Amino acid sequence: MARLTVFALLCCSLVSAQDLAVHGETVHTMAGDAITNGVVLIRDGKIAEVGLAGEIEIPAGFRTLEAKVVTPGLIDAHTVVGIAGYLNQSHDQEQIERSAAIQPDLRAVDAYDARERLIEWVREFGVTTIHTGHGPGALVSGQTMIAKTRGRTVDEALVKPFAMLAVTIGDSARGRDNKSPGTRAKMAAMLRAELLKAQAYARERESADEDKKPDRDLELEVLASVLAGEIPLLVTAQRSRDILTALRIADELDLEIVLDGAAESYEVLDQIREAGVPVIVHPTMYRARAETENLSFETASKLVAAGIPTALQSGFEGYVPKTRVVLLEAGMAAAHGLGFEQALGAITLEAAKILGINDRVGSIEPGKDGDLALYDGDPFEYATHCVGVVIEGEVVSETVR
Amino acid sequence: MSLPLRLAALLVLATAAGAQQTPIAFTGAHLIPVDGPEIESGTLLVHEGKIVAIGASVAIPSGAERVDASGKTIMPGLVDTHSHAGQVEGADRSAPMQAGVRTLDSINVRHSGIQKAQAGGITTANIMSGSGHLLSGQTTYVKYRDGKTIDELLLYNADGSVAGGIKMANGTNSRRDPPFPGTRAKSAAIVREQFVKAQEYAAKIEAAGDDESKRPERDLGLEALGEVLVGKRVVHHHTHRHDDILTVLRLAEEFGFQVVLQHASDARFVAQEIAAAGVPASILLLDSPGGKIEAKHVAFETARALEDAGVLIGFHTDDSITDSRLFLRQGGLAIRAGMSRQGAIYGLTMAGARMLRLEDRVGSLAPGKDADFVILSGEPLSIYTQVLETWIDGERVFDRSDPADRLYAEGGWGASHDQTTAAHDLAGEGH
Repeated sequence: MARLTVFALLCCSLVSAQDLAVHGETVHTMAGDAITNGVVLIRDGKIAEVGLAGEIEIPAGFRTLEAKVVTPGLIDAHTVVGIAGYLNQSHDQEQIERSAAIQPDLRAVDAYDARERLIEWVREFGVTTIHTGHGPGALVSGQTMIAKTRGRTVDEALVKPFAMLAVTIGDSARGRDNKSPGTRAKMAAMLRAELLKAQAYARERESADEDKKPDRDLELEVLASVLAGEIPLLVTAQRSRDILTALRIADELDLEIVLDGAAESYEVLDQIREAGVPVIVHPTMYRARAETENLSFETASKLVAAGIPTALQSGFEGYVPKTRVVLLEAGMAAAHGLGFEQALGAITLEAAKILGINDRVGSIEPGKDGDLALYDGDPFEYATHCVGVVIEGEVVSETVR
Repeated sequence: MSLPLRLAALLVLATAAGAQQTPIAFTGAHLIPVDGPEIESGTLLVHEGKIVAIGASVAIPSGAERVDASGKTIMPGLVDTHSHAGQVEGADRSAPMQAGVRTLDSINVRHSGIQKAQAGGITTANIMSGSGHLLSGQTTYVKYRDGKTIDELLLYNADGSVAGGIKMANGTNSRRDPPFPGTRAKSAAIVREQFVKAQEYAAKIEAAGDDESKRPERDLGLEALGEVLVGKRVVHHHTHRHDDILTVLRLAEEFGFQVVLQHASDARFVAQEIAAAGVPASILLLDSPGGKIEAKHVAFETARALEDAGVLIGFHTDDSITDSRLFLRQGGLAIRAGMSRQGAIYGLTMAGARMLRLEDRVGSLAPGKDADFVILSGEPLSIYTQVLETWIDGERVFDRSDPADRLYAEGGWGASHDQTTAAHDLAGEGH
């Protein structure tokens, strides 16, 4: 898979990467102060130079784009776009498989529809990278992946085929028709038991004696990679007690986890910070009901103020709107305590760090991917439009959205 | 006591207890009257629940309380033409059309959704039952006053009857197993059949004149449809697809009822037809297309397309589809796709008032109108603007500087819990 991906990306670069110069009245690099009257040069799909317009010479043959405001391509730190389609019919909803509570072997790459309408939709607002995959709604619902919002196939889109393993602790993880888990305590018990089984499996697979090696088990193999610290758990937990359960299990088994949703996280800020766990917080405008009844427009700002690494997401929607747009969620967070810089960070560099892809995306710095979003004003204002989107030097959208 | 009489009595009580005795002058504010040009810095004078004067220079009575509102913006209270706040219920599953069902018999005024709507600057709303029926009940026009009972939130027609419309729907939501319709044509046929019955019922009553013995037995459903037929009750019609919108126009023409298109997701494809019919549209702008097949063409551009065609456009929250606290955002999304700022602000206020036929009382800041207004931190259609205060009938129902109110505005622990008492002390705060 990895080799295929590299091949596909090379292919893509050869076909469509362009050398670009993007001039912005304001360039938010996310690596230092914003540059007034700045230029970004993209060569061979990578950022080559960034600086003051007067100090950078635009080489001949470069296409030039202009915008009032330039930001790094936006990152949606958690979505189901591409896995869950916009029509919301059974044939386009691949985010949850209800046959069993624990299915870590379900890969996002086997379900991603690169041509799904909602990928284009979020791209037109400046989103260039998405962390997408199996949704909340089962104890272990499956894998997630990271993609760029372009490409005709999953391989052309891929950044990381297996990013995290999606876990849910809370009401939506309850089994249906009397299937386990029926309670929160049972969720924790099942998760611990399965991880301990994977621990034993991993040990036995390393046995020197070929006869004693167990057969490959795709589910336990994945959990073993979680235990080995290769793959973090993305734990959706809204209630404060569910957040604490996630931290408790992570501590017991020395797991790397990322909290997701975390509507009541403001009640347990100290515990989250001390555990060193980042949070991909619920969409700012997420509906406050049932498990999320206590959420706040200010959750993100409270997490950031507490020194907890925080990113924003579009999340999962079961009805209308079928997806939220992380740019718009960040705008609302900016207006509710988070402020402009931190809100932009939560959909660029902070998101990249939490996803472990900040070597490639999240800021405008030489060597990083040539991913940019262009706006005709403050990106968060209602009346502003995204006027251009660039992914690895390719102008993927000039729609005014 | 009959309902109208009993309510009239309550009203008198409310007036005696809650009327704002001292005139209040809000000075130095940026004023958006909606029915006239904006005033850069002016005064809004309110007294006894009504607007007394508005202008750049207003004579302030000597006994008046002065409130310095410089740097702030004051606009009319927002009018939400379609909400499900207050855990409203309507018809049950027994039949596809249940015109005798009243939503006012189901609204929980202590639900946190009411406080959140106040925090969003909404002062008047059309609370409706859902779209799972061809006709799911009589809607209730309310003001989001602080109240312990629904009676305290109601609005009344000139004849003393409770103000409200009727909720209808077509398309896929109202389709299910019999006796519900299974197709669009059947949906229209059931509706026509009922309206014909209502016409005949009304004719029998008319023919009976004063002779009670000749009158048909009372039928609550046909009675309500009769009110629709004579234009006393406006139809609020859930509809998405372009052809469903045209079906609504066709039926409205056949039976002569007054209608407001609700949602009207495909309206931009039939904007000329809507304009020609003189029918208004209350639209809902959503963050992405889809979520259901009928909503696959949902787009911010609908607002501009209808404005260009000359259709009267309002907005709604469809609370809890969108949060009442985010209602101003509907106008923001509309201007993002090219609607005029003026049109968007009109759509959030006066257009809604006209759709509910309350334009003589609410929707703009003009002398004689109800003192329903919102004090904002800045430009109404900026994401950074906060609702600071919401006033209804000269009473402040939301004050962001009050921690109890701020909880509803921002959310947090307990913000969605039912209230055992209203957020504000009903005895009043001096206003």
